[in-house]
Amino acid sequence: MSASMSPTKVRIATAWLDGCAGCHMSVLDLDEVLLALAARIEIVFGPLVDAQHFPKKVDVSLIEGAISSQDDVTLAKEIRANSGLVVALGDCAVTSNVPGMRNAIPVKRLLERVYLENTLTNSMVPSDGVPALNRHVVPLHEIIKVDVHIPGCPPPPAVIASVLTQLLDGRRPELPALAKFG
Amino acid sequence: MTQKIPIRIDGELIEANPGMTLFEAARQAGKFVPGLCQLTGVASVGACRLCVVEVAGVNRLLPSCTTPVQSGMSVVTQSPRLNMYRKMVLELLFAEGNHVCSVCVSNNHCELQALAQKLGVNHVRFSYRYPKRAVDLSHPRFVLDHNRCIYCTRCVRVCAEVEGAHVWDMMGRGVSSRIIAEMNRPWGKASSCTSCGKCVQVCPTGALAERGFAAGEMVKNPQPVTRLAVLRRSSL
Repeated sequence: MSASMSPTKVRIATAWLDGCAGCHMSVLDLDEVLLALAARIEIVFGPLVDAQHFPKKVDVSLIEGAISSQDDVTLAKEIRANSGLVVALGDCAVTSNVPGMRNAIPVKRLLERVYLENTLTNSMVPSDGVPALNRHVVPLHEIIKVDVHIPGCPPPPAVIASVLTQLLDGRRPELPALAKFG
Repeated sequence: MTQKIPIRIDGELIEANPGMTLFEAARQAGKFVPGLCQLTGVASVGACRLCVVEVAGVNRLLPSCTTPVQSGMSVVTQSPRLNMYRKMVLELLFAEGNHVCSVCVSNNHCELQALAQKLGVNHVRFSYRYPKRAVDLSHPRFVLDHNRCIYCTRCVRVCAEVEGAHVWDMMGRGVSSRIIAEMNRPWGKASSCTSCGKCVQVCPTGALAERGFAAGEMVKNPQPVTRLAVLRRSSL
């Protein structure tokens, strides 16, 4: 490759399913490591950029959040179909975590409790513009094949940095010993 | 002076004391054998199956905490096969209950979580069961969260053997098993409970905790209890 040509940047997507955005915050917490990564990656989809539709030929997709609705299932499958590697980022994607705590309660009962019994005014279960909840929240790997799991709530920036760096170097990443649930 | 029993652990010649378990002999020799139900000074029951080892001449894996040392034994404590089964046991424990580490009182101070980290369990390959389990808040000082119980029965044994109260027991079978106070009464109603808190201190997860703690705040110290258990035993 000639030195004048800029090397192709690795196309990275991120996605935010049923989670709190804490894992995305942890990505931002990479601080100066982001500068080093920025030269090698291009973020093509996710809450950090403006793309409306999931693009084709993404190299690595980092998915935060559990699968809670049919919308989550659809997006997860679209991501899988268009990504080289899928990374489950954080405990919600890996274990279903806090979103999964509703699983022992039937959806109807849950919504009534939250939106009707616990409110004083405007008591109504929202239905417009929000996807219907699935009966069970499940981790990402129960819906699509996941190549790398990064546990943690949120995963420490050092763990994310380590995995991303190994992936960019073309290695199958080994999780640092620091990685854990919770 | 009692006669020592020669055994090999990971190829190394060890002199064990008669009556020792393989678990104790391995730990004494500085080997790492994982375990969640084993508790120093208290009877071993082989509940968690994490301490399994390979013994030469035996086809199946043996729980080291319930296997006494025998002269000439050759034991392997680390192998790909053992690691595979140990990880599987941990994953099954996670899948069976509702171990949501991030919102657990014992987050970062939990033996189950720490062992998963040490053995490299980064996801669970089995479908989670999401059982509906209760939280017993009837005791004035302590909490019993059934969601986080792994049925190690350390609480049962410590209460019976060290405190001498025998408040705790197991009820049911399989997935409907659970820890009960007395004859399945709310803990706060169990009149045999002395509120000593030994069960809380030895519980490896956040299933038993003191009241009033938020996520990650419950730090336990089993050492005074195990020390007492050892002293109690040696004076028998």
